[in-house]
Amino acid sequence: MELSGAEIVWECLIREGVDLVFGYPGGAILPTYDTLSSYPQIHHVLTRHEQGAAHMADGYARATGRVGVAMATSGPGATNLVTGLATAMLDSSPVVCITGQVPTSVIGHNAFQEADITGVTLPITKHNYLVTSVEELAFSIREAFYIARSGRPGPVLIDLPKDVQTARTEFHYPTDEIRLPGYQPVPTAPEEKINRARTLIRSAERPVILAGRGVLLSGAVAELREFAERTETPVGLTLLGKGCFPEDHPLCLGMMGMHGTGEANHTVQEADLLLAFGMRFDDRVTGNLATYAPKARKIHIDIDPSEIDKNVEVEVGIAGDLRQTLTDLLAGLEPIEHGDWIKRITRWRDESEERELLNQVLTSPQLKAAEVVHDLWTLTGGNAITVTDVGQHQMWVAQYYAHSPEHALITSGGMGTMGFGLPGGIGAAMGRPGDEVWVVVGDGGFQMTLAELATAVQEQVKVNIALINNGYLGMVRQWQELFYEKRYNATPMVSPDFCALAAAYGIPAVRVSERSQIEAAVRRAQDHTAGPFLIEFVVEQHDVVFPMVPAGSDLHDMIRRPINGPGREKEIQS
Amino acid sequence: MTNRYAITALVENRPGVLNRVVSIFRRPGLNLDSLTVGRTDRPEVSRMTMVLEGTNADAQHVKRELNRLIHVITVEDMNGTPYVTRDLALIKVRATPETKSEILQMCGHYRARVVDAAESSIVIEVVGEEPEIEGLAGLLKPFGIIEMVRAGVVAMGRAENILDTHRERSSWALQRFALEKAS
Ligand SMILES: Cc1ncc(C[n+]2csc(CCOP(=O)(O)OP(=O)(O)O)c2C)c(N)n1
Ligand SMILES: [Mg+2]
Repeated sequence: MELSGAEIVWECLIREGVDLVFGYPGGAILPTYDTLSSYPQIHHVLTRHEQGAAHMADGYARATGRVGVAMATSGPGATNLVTGLATAMLDSSPVVCITGQVPTSVIGHNAFQEADITGVTLPITKHNYLVTSVEELAFSIREAFYIARSGRPGPVLIDLPKDVQTARTEFHYPTDEIRLPGYQPVPTAPEEKINRARTLIRSAERPVILAGRGVLLSGAVAELREFAERTETPVGLTLLGKGCFPEDHPLCLGMMGMHGTGEANHTVQEADLLLAFGMRFDDRVTGNLATYAPKARKIHIDIDPSEIDKNVEVEVGIAGDLRQTLTDLLAGLEPIEHGDWIKRITRWRDESEERELLNQVLTSPQLKAAEVVHDLWTLTGGNAITVTDVGQHQMWVAQYYAHSPEHALITSGGMGTMGFGLPGGIGAAMGRPGDEVWVVVGDGGFQMTLAELATAVQEQVKVNIALINNGYLGMVRQWQELFYEKRYNATPMVSPDFCALAAAYGIPAVRVSERSQIEAAVRRAQDHTAGPFLIEFVVEQHDVVFPMVPAGSDLHDMIRRPINGPGREKEIQS
Repeated sequence: MTNRYAITALVENRPGVLNRVVSIFRRPGLNLDSLTVGRTDRPEVSRMTMVLEGTNADAQHVKRELNRLIHVITVEDMNGTPYVTRDLALIKVRATPETKSEILQMCGHYRARVVDAAESSIVIEVVGEEPEIEGLAGLLKPFGIIEMVRAGVVAMGRAENILDTHRERSSWALQRFALEKAS
């Protein structure tokens, strides 16, 4: 069958299982858009900005595990995808972006709307393609999907010159094995290393598991739990690992790192064995590397060999699929007990409880974001997909919402991209239409991509938006308060009337400023099934996320919430 | 402590691969002292030799990142294994009837040969390890080097230190290569 390049694009997408594409048209991609109506199997979502399309594809991918697809035109359309690609790259999210490009005959001539997008995105994609002939097209698209979803997932960009979209060729979808001799997506873990790991595990007295998103990606949730229980080993979570281990489990330490729990960070620092499972020792997790887990031997299991020994040198580094490797490790591992170690950890946990905001009698009547997230968690029964933006509210979601494998946290962790929340949440909701989705955003980040409200309305996407309005770029304000002598330069922010703004989009909205109003507002949002609903939570402006390990400090060197009182006016103890 | 590291890689012979490889050096601001790329006996596979001036951590970083590239087939850091290196230089030097024989004598010591001779200058070709080339260049300097070009270092492990361990697996790549050439 002879088809145009444009038709081949859709034919290939359908064969890769795609039924949803987020995009924005323009001249150089028009031939492909022109044939869209012949493919009713594909639903195209018109976003309001290409960044939104990229984040939606990413949010869709994170919520479903399938590849998310975004489409844009050449030049400015393509460069608008850049932030979204970098976000997907750092969090290993499988996204395929297809961009139009000027015709091959004028590439390199600074033609109208020409940008060297394969050059620009080279370091922020897992791989990319400039397709220069229509014969290559099907091969490239198939390879792109394979690369995006296999091994450690990541974004792939395909740049498609206009003449390649209009050229015609005989179409056969290749079905033979994909051959990339330099690409080994799933390395096999050598048995000898697994044996060495088992020996270290048997001799450890104070072990701790550091569980990352790799646990979720490899489907090792059950294996992790079995491992933790059989060896009585506490589990600390990374931000993106939230959901991979039950947070009400007695062995769960909660999140580690800069805004991790006291018990998680102390446990890591005092441990004699770290078991890093599908995580990458990000600096937000480790703090000062020179003093990180100084007494511990280390075992690192990750699917990406380049992560082994990258930030932290380890005694046993195993490159392989986590689920398989844990299964192999567990075979022949007898139950082990660590009662004394667990007792020590309990004391750290008790101290956290004492300092916990929600356990204190508050003197200030101002609503706290922590209360909002906590109540959202109880009112949704923990059964909502939470998608956040970046800032203080993001950390409060990590701290006060207990996640599960089916409802893991969706957030821009590695890149920390403000503006991810709303489009990310729309993508997640479109991927999981039966699930309750809560987008938690700050007043700052929300305004970066709020144009996507119109997309949510046009597509009638049921997302609940919890806007945490503290009148500041809160996380930056927090750094200024703690480390820059309260010079609040460029962080106070004047915002529009968010409820009126929502109304302008035809979105029902309520404003909440007292804790007693939370339940009714959340119930109203849940009852509104026709499309988006917004709740503006007006919260304490000068709140601080505790604990905090200052950037570059030792992990045990936490600034803790003072005991007694909301603490904002009191001295901060270290 | 900085050192010189010879890193060799087999890569698929496709557009854009060199750019990806070089980007890995550029990103942390590493200096790529020498880089050579050429075909091997298999047209679908190219071989690169990169000489990095840096620390051991730099070399490990480069190796790790090169391995992540989809079109890089194998990477080896030559340091620690016995290997041979060669560079080639062309040196155009001032030569008068009075100095010519002295220059030729020096070339003899370095097994260099004259590949072009004009009235007032000659072009000398020298092949060897980097110190040999630099040694000859140093000796020629007083006569007046007009211009000099070097091909860049190529390296290969000795005996059974073999980079190209994928040969058997490669017949498919040839097919793909032929297909792309035909299209
Ligand atoms: C695109 C982008 N620009 C800047 C930053 C730096 N930054 C991190 S958190 C933050 C403040 C976010 O403010 P807001 O959205 O109101 O959330 P809050 O911290 O108040 O909850 C800023 C500016 C960022 N992460 N991303
Ligand atoms: Mg704010």
